[in-house]
Amino acid sequence: MKTVVRADTKTATATPEFEKAALRQESRRGLFLAMPAYLYLIFFFVISLFIVFIYSFATRNRFGGTDLSGWNLDSYARISEPIVRDVLFRSVWLAFLTTVICLVIAYPFAYFLSTRRVAVRNIMLVFVMIPFWTNFLVRNFAWRVILGNDGPLTNTTEFLGLGSAELLFTQTAVVLGLVYGYLPFMILPLYAAIERIDRRLLEASRDLYGTGLQSFRHVLFPLSLPGVIAGSILVFVPSLGAYVTPEILGGAKTTLLGSYIVTQFLTARNWPFGAALSFVLMLVMLVTTIVYFRKGGRTL
Amino acid sequence: MRNLKRFRYLAVLVALALAVSSCGSDSDEAAAADCELNQIDGDLALYNWAEYIDEEQLAEFATEYGISATMDVYDSNEAMQPIISAGNSGYDVIVPSDYMVSILIADSKVQKLNSEAIPNAKNISSDFSGLYYDPSGEYTVPYQWGTTGIGVNTTVVGKDFPRSWGLIFDPSISGAFDGKIQLLNDPRETMGAALKYLGYSLNTTDKGELDKAKDLVASTADRLAAFNTDSADEFLTSGETVIGHGYSGDMFVQFLETDNPEDYVYFVPEEGGTRWIDNMGIPFDAPHPCTAHTFINWLLGADQGAALSNWNYYGTPNDAAVAGLDEDLLDFVNDPELLAGGVDSLEEIEDTGDFEINYADAFVEAKG
Amino acid sequence: MSTSVEPRGWAKAALHLNGWVVYMFFYAPIVLLVIYSFSNSRNVGTWGGFTFDWYRDFFDSSNARGALSNSVKIAIFSTIISVALGTMAALSLERFTFRGKKVFDALLYLPIIIPDVTMAVMMLLFFGEFFDVLDTLFGLGLRKGFWSISISHIAFNISFVSVVVRARLAGMNTDLEEAAIDLYASRWKAFRYVTFPQIVPGIAGGALLAMTLSLDDVVITQFVAGPGWTTLPVYVFGLIRKGVTPLINAVSVTMLVISMLLVVLSLVAQRVRRSG
Repeated sequence: MKTVVRADTKTATATPEFEKAALRQESRRGLFLAMPAYLYLIFFFVISLFIVFIYSFATRNRFGGTDLSGWNLDSYARISEPIVRDVLFRSVWLAFLTTVICLVIAYPFAYFLSTRRVAVRNIMLVFVMIPFWTNFLVRNFAWRVILGNDGPLTNTTEFLGLGSAELLFTQTAVVLGLVYGYLPFMILPLYAAIERIDRRLLEASRDLYGTGLQSFRHVLFPLSLPGVIAGSILVFVPSLGAYVTPEILGGAKTTLLGSYIVTQFLTARNWPFGAALSFVLMLVMLVTTIVYFRKGGRTL
Repeated sequence: MRNLKRFRYLAVLVALALAVSSCGSDSDEAAAADCELNQIDGDLALYNWAEYIDEEQLAEFATEYGISATMDVYDSNEAMQPIISAGNSGYDVIVPSDYMVSILIADSKVQKLNSEAIPNAKNISSDFSGLYYDPSGEYTVPYQWGTTGIGVNTTVVGKDFPRSWGLIFDPSISGAFDGKIQLLNDPRETMGAALKYLGYSLNTTDKGELDKAKDLVASTADRLAAFNTDSADEFLTSGETVIGHGYSGDMFVQFLETDNPEDYVYFVPEEGGTRWIDNMGIPFDAPHPCTAHTFINWLLGADQGAALSNWNYYGTPNDAAVAGLDEDLLDFVNDPELLAGGVDSLEEIEDTGDFEINYADAFVEAKG
Repeated sequence: MSTSVEPRGWAKAALHLNGWVVYMFFYAPIVLLVIYSFSNSRNVGTWGGFTFDWYRDFFDSSNARGALSNSVKIAIFSTIISVALGTMAALSLERFTFRGKKVFDALLYLPIIIPDVTMAVMMLLFFGEFFDVLDTLFGLGLRKGFWSISISHIAFNISFVSVVVRARLAGMNTDLEEAAIDLYASRWKAFRYVTFPQIVPGIAGGALLAMTLSLDDVVITQFVAGPGWTTLPVYVFGLIRKGVTPLINAVSVTMLVISMLLVVLSLVAQRVRRSG
């Protein structure tokens, strides 16, 4: 066996000191890679977040500005109000629904994508992203036209004798809009994870298991789990905070968490409450993420 | 690793220091800038609502005075305010609405105007003096104004409807049009409409009155197509709604865009409604205050005032500009049935200070 | 190397169908968008005859052109930086252990879970303070603009990029990497010739995501922009307040065409590099 004194081989079996040095160097390398992003986030993100955190304990002054005095927990106490709880539950439910629907649609699509030839795959992927290089507001408005009372959808359903499809300004429209907006966020990580799976494993599983469904359940899905989790988070989280789609496609008839928070910061000019709501929301999402990760067997 | 911990402590300390330092500073009264008539001290950075002034008109100003004039947009007073208040925004002229002006003045975020640099202020109609938010016009000049009322598609609703907010709130009047009615997605405007219908002031600070208004909006919410602010007029002309709550200028423009403008009517109900006034002001730390003064003065000229209103179809506060207004616009503005309750029934929205959050909260609760 | 497992029978048909449906779903509003951008009517949704007027209005408007160029500059710049930082972060989390790793992991998720408007407010406050401090300490009168917007975009894009790249890395078989380490002289070479090619799809996905997020961002940009630095979505947002007209469609279609051109260019560049 080669006795190369290199710290960067995992098969080094020399003295304990050597092992420790090797680990330390690995650790330094890891830190070195993480450092730029780490520092960047600490400086530009954490500090600003901390400022807002302080704001959540402040009071709203007469003019809708924030007095950094009169420290209190009032804003957090409001979380227990029934209206806040209603908004919270509604939003979580909607986000959950959106995530599940996205997963169901995106998974076969991502798998299909991964079975194409490499050249075709890349083109198809790009074609997935292209619609999302139009402004997302405009896409929402386009859906408003499609679902409108005299829009293509209603014209089609009437033509087919199905009556008028009064979808606009309903919960269904909102879910449709959210799914539309976040589907690529589910497709991309799923594709990245599925594409990486060794095909031989899948072939082997097809030989072993009777049906494709079993092969999927016992081999494909578990192996693609990191992608499922990443995609779910990338969809669930923004859906929870979405406010444009519920306004444009839902007619702003039900208040969701995103709109609620925006209202506090803008219309109501009640920054302490807005800050408190944001932190509660983030806490909920962080906890969900951690739980989700633990279930997926990853460390967090 | 120890370095990292130390860094983190440092970061926290810095944050605390910054937070603490920001509450210590007190903005002093901004004295009027020392500017002469038509003085230019740099380029113009205008912060305005979208499509509120013709780019070409702005370019004319730029050419006339040999500078560059840029315009950035905001979509609500509440989005503009924190940006200006935070300081160093870089803007020379802003266009806040009435209630926002009183807030900005109280917070010392706009500077006093030097009246010698704005002689054209004499063109402002007397209807726009003694405004509650800036009684002596020390800080702002009116820019454009309008009303908020109801737009109706008479081919569906007919011409014989009561000119009242009941057209929206009373199912016995408009029950046949459920699902085709729209209210503005704005707490003050919509709660204000309900309050007016119930006979209260739209600036009430009485929780009981507000609660009644909230219940009214709540019971109406199910009969609506949507709460919407930016497309109220379009919904009306596209058939999505037949009764719409919206702003005067938007409605006028939209009606004229259709093939049959006479099928639509806009009016302010007899119980009264909102008159809103947008104003020009100069931020406390504007980099080029003298250019700002010159621009404001220039825009208050007769020709410029007319050009402005002819472009955005809102009301002009400028007496001298009236002569130059378009026929169509004059037709709308001079319509005797426009203000069903008369001029005195109009109220401007005022900021209610500590009571203000009740409006937003009531609105959220009303929506359900 | 990897053989594809072709789905068979009804599964194959279903997968194909799903693919088509998804594409139709994606492009339905786009097609509508494009069609109505040529409509001679102020209302989006009513066809008023064919016209190029809206495009003309858009190209005539210096505000709109400025907003477009601002958006593109910021998007490209912030994507490059966040892809670099995000990929490094992903590698460090998936391939190494070090002190403070768990904290870093959690930290990376914060920009994803924070509501847009909260981040907008906090960046506004941050830059306000930051520029104040710089002013008092160094007399630097900095303004918000390109840098404040880009810094904010990078702040959230790092996280999104790292999530996508991590999903890619997590499923990877490390045998090849370990073999490479034994064979190659340095860790860097092992990375460059073995790891990197395998994670390129993840990086590409992350880059696409970052680009899209930057081009679409409204609220955060609104709060940290400065005079002359309105971006396209902020501009469109403001226009919408005034009324939804096909001008917005024209703007979007233009953006679409530009993005497609960029992609085509990059594909061509790749082709050239490979053959050259």
